[in-house]
Amino acid sequence: MNTLRAAIVGLGKMGLSHAAILTAQPQVDMVAVCDTSVIVTSAFKKYGKAKVYGDFRKMLRNENLDLVVIATPTKLHYDMVRAALEHGVHVFCEKPFSLNSAEGQELVQLAESKGLVNQLGYHNHFIGTFREMKRLLENGVIGELVHFSGEAYGPVVTKEKVGTWRSKSSEGGGCLFDYASHVLNLLQEVVGRPVKINGSLLKQIYSKGVEDAVYTLLTLENGLTGTLLVNWSDETYRKMSTSLTVQGKNGKIVCDATEIKIYLKQANAAEGLEAGWTVKWITDLAIPVGYYLRGEEYSAQIEYFVANVRRQQPGTINTFEQGLYTDKVIEMIQNAA
Amino acid sequence: MQLNSSLDRVLFGDNQFFGVNHASDEKSRAQAMRFKDDQSIIRVLDQAIDLGVRTFMCTTHDRIANICDHIRTHPDRYRYFKVLPCMPYAHKYANAVTELGIMGTINQYVPGSIFGTFAKGGMAMVQGNYSKLMQILIDAEMKMFAGIDTPVIFIQNVLVDMILGLGMYDVFRDYDDYIRKRYGAEPGYITMNMPDLVDALESVGIYNPIICSSINKAGFRMSGGIERNERYLREKTFRPIAMQVLAAGTLRPKEAFAYLAQFPRIESVLFGSSSKQHIAENIELIESTSMVAQEV
Repeated sequence: MNTLRAAIVGLGKMGLSHAAILTAQPQVDMVAVCDTSVIVTSAFKKYGKAKVYGDFRKMLRNENLDLVVIATPTKLHYDMVRAALEHGVHVFCEKPFSLNSAEGQELVQLAESKGLVNQLGYHNHFIGTFREMKRLLENGVIGELVHFSGEAYGPVVTKEKVGTWRSKSSEGGGCLFDYASHVLNLLQEVVGRPVKINGSLLKQIYSKGVEDAVYTLLTLENGLTGTLLVNWSDETYRKMSTSLTVQGKNGKIVCDATEIKIYLKQANAAEGLEAGWTVKWITDLAIPVGYYLRGEEYSAQIEYFVANVRRQQPGTINTFEQGLYTDKVIEMIQNAA
Repeated sequence: MQLNSSLDRVLFGDNQFFGVNHASDEKSRAQAMRFKDDQSIIRVLDQAIDLGVRTFMCTTHDRIANICDHIRTHPDRYRYFKVLPCMPYAHKYANAVTELGIMGTINQYVPGSIFGTFAKGGMAMVQGNYSKLMQILIDAEMKMFAGIDTPVIFIQNVLVDMILGLGMYDVFRDYDDYIRKRYGAEPGYITMNMPDLVDALESVGIYNPIICSSINKAGFRMSGGIERNERYLREKTFRPIAMQVLAAGTLRPKEAFAYLAQFPRIESVLFGSSSKQHIAENIELIESTSMVAQEV
């Protein structure tokens, strides 16, 4: 197995996490990192082995990379992803994908025409409970679906103050872009793609200029209707807490990152599910990983990306195209508000 | 200064007090409601002490400061009580980094702001001197434990594992030296990647370290695979503390604790519970495990 040459641009919270996970992958050499923050790059110079760049294009030119992780603020995604793809480098990009769907569309086409692996950081798809929910829904265990609710709550903005790029809508800030995108993307892949917005409330609580909560009624491509309820100014949650609930005529599934609760009117022998409630925990459903940081899903998504790069074959989970669709739904919600 | 003193067999943890539950977000919210006020935490802590617990292993959560105040103001009650701090309380920083960026977070949490603290050299000083920055952050976190017996001081797994992943092992060396020198305490490491960490610490000359990691029959959060973890528990020289023995509450206590008996090097077992009955049962099971272990 030959060693892959990897790099990362954007050493914020997600970037540092990706850098640690990438470096820990067997047969992956993290040859370079790129950021403009002196305090972070100096630490890499002092303690790290990777070469430090302040200029992304220079890094692309000099390093002959196999893959790059892009974890910069959203407004920089388009230029950087494009440059990397043009250099023939496989790209893992943080979510949300692009600031507008026209740019996103261009990147999807570029990645496809070059046959390059393209993946986004919607990590919920690598959580065992949500995978189990997707599988159960595909097998129709709760019968004809009647309602869904996608929810996320957390303590990101809990007081009024001047923030960073996350408080500027034009740069990809706000609860809709930054937080609700996770739920929308999860919803679209586990339950179905939203095709219509029937009304939205975007509420400011503490932020100036961007919304802190998103409440929306959606219709999916399969005709199912339901709600999206997301609020990042809720400090009754210790950390981001994402859940999906789907009700069917034969039962109901309630799923979050730690447990999946299945209620059935009648037992399902094929699935080994009894009538009434069955609870399955992440302790049994977690995807085993070689190196762990903050949650199996963060490592599992990088392991998946690296495996696809090795095979030289784009994956099917968290593709640019799926992220672009989420961006389009975000635009639909903005237009409906 | 006695650095290699043995750890208590039973270490009482604090996750249950702060709504940390790895198997259920719903339970974690219920716990957060139950332990809304400090007295309810102290009540459970006192029950644990009455049942024989002598060591409390806790994060540097803001509310632990209040518990420390209580301990200080009741010296007779807590005469032989030890507290093992685990720093930092990661969510505090993680949320701040999302909102303020890395520089903004440092500014918020370094006492007196970075420019005041490094009055002479300012930023240039920080950039060249991460050891000093780390020391300032450690001292800030340790303030709440002044006057309390803290024989081991841990770094939390999120930080240990990030440094480990990045391959910046010299940071461990700096941490180790500082904790011994400044606090006369033994440095401890919490990790989800125990085998890799054992190797990394050895590579920078840290021998026989205290390492707290997931050790359970289910292989839950035993990264690198349960076989490799078990081999290290048998063959390597370090001082293991077992955590997540119950795999986030999904294993039955009896079989879960019995699993540990095959690894006599395990010095301590960490668990948290808010039920007096569970605390009593777990203590009994852990103590009986250690007797089996000694026979082995």
